[in-house]
Amino acid sequence: MAERLAIVDYGAGNLRSVAKAIETVARDLGRELQVIVTASADTVATADRLILPGVGAFGQCAAALRALPGMEEALERRVLEDKAPFLGVCVGMQLLARRGSEHGSHRGLGWIAGDVVRLEPADAKLKVPHMAWSPVRLTPAGGAHPALRPLDDGGQAYFVHSFHFVPADRAQLLATCEYGGEVAAVVGRDNILGVQFHPEKSQAYGLAFLRSFLEWKP
Amino acid sequence: MSAPNVRVIPCLDVADGRVVKGVNFVDLVDAGDPVEIARAYDAAGADELCFLDIAATHENRGTLIDVVSRTAEACFMPLTVGGGVRTADDVRTLLLAGADKVSVNSAAVANPGLINDLAQRFGDQCIVVAIDAKRVAPGQWQIFTHGGRRETGIDAIGFARQVASLGAGEILLTSMDRDGTRRGFDLELVRRVSDAVPIPVIASGGVGHLDDLVDGVQLGGASAVLAASIFHFGQATVAQAKAHMAAAGVAVRL
Repeated sequence: MAERLAIVDYGAGNLRSVAKAIETVARDLGRELQVIVTASADTVATADRLILPGVGAFGQCAAALRALPGMEEALERRVLEDKAPFLGVCVGMQLLARRGSEHGSHRGLGWIAGDVVRLEPADAKLKVPHMAWSPVRLTPAGGAHPALRPLDDGGQAYFVHSFHFVPADRAQLLATCEYGGEVAAVVGRDNILGVQFHPEKSQAYGLAFLRSFLEWKP
Repeated sequence: MSAPNVRVIPCLDVADGRVVKGVNFVDLVDAGDPVEIARAYDAAGADELCFLDIAATHENRGTLIDVVSRTAEACFMPLTVGGGVRTADDVRTLLLAGADKVSVNSAAVANPGLINDLAQRFGDQCIVVAIDAKRVAPGQWQIFTHGGRRETGIDAIGFARQVASLGAGEILLTSMDRDGTRRGFDLELVRRVSDAVPIPVIASGGVGHLDDLVDGVQLGGASAVLAASIFHFGQATVAQAKAHMAAAGVAVRL
């Protein structure tokens, strides 16, 4: 049976681009992969790989995700217990944090210790949102990570965000970019990865990242 | 600390699902097909693409949605779509079709509260407010709507500040005096708006030479530069534009 990748649909934005990018990469790899965009906890509970996208505000996304019956529990079981490879994208990455402070304080999934706080670039001339292609630099932990090692260190990815993830444990910070200070570009531990940038919008670099995620066997 | 990369954005005017005036910078089977042109710009290293539906009639909305969704299937790069966007439903439909950002123009001028509503619903980062400004006196610009035909009496700088505070993620600033003239951006306007708001400003209108792109950033303070004809008609490739900007000291993704 073909491997099944579930993209969690909780009403937060543009899932089609993520699905299309994954399908393109799977095709290039000659990989039989069924990509399912789903709001069903049952589907998530049996998926081989999971992607949690996210566009918008942290609190709204967290609430929308929790509004899906059984979804948070299904994700926890599948990711934390069964160890299915998981990728959070943009706000989907930020939701991995314990807490987000966009429009009030909101509880995240708490899978990676840290908080999501507003970008405050040291250089006051820098605009927020950070809306740019920025070089993604691997940390020593990232350089040793099997899903990140194949990527060009310093390759450029497309970022659009006003808040950023500040991990409590530096060992879980896998890549950074600079925007008037250090910004977490990739966080992760075990079978969990989260990226602040949009791989589905980052042309060759983004597709290379998704290819690497599909080939990753944590 | 290095400056962030400035985005270079080719803009396609679309009407009834076709690119107006076409494009001839590369061998295209169909020089008027937005999807094929988008693919070419994707391959050429454009940082984003912008589609503006200049007909923007209700009846033809489906054609635009179709173009956006076919583009999003083929191009894995950021896409901004604008023209005739009036309601939250319009925005949602475009985002679901594959747009990353939606640009709002006349409707935001008529009802600035719409920006707040859209930003709350879809997130600040995907709401672009397109401001078409015309110089009415030295150091003074007013907003014009309906493709520059309708005067509003609204001060462009003040309006930019207002939409930024209402949650717009970005401003697409077009000088109606310069648009189509190839005389360069209205740099004073770009500088004034860019200094007035904390969000990124895309400079638009008037690019006729690669130096204009440099000036938009270095003199205007723009976070991104948008151009149409200079790219579409083969005067310069995106790569040449970026190399020129880099040589002049502007940070770009090469």
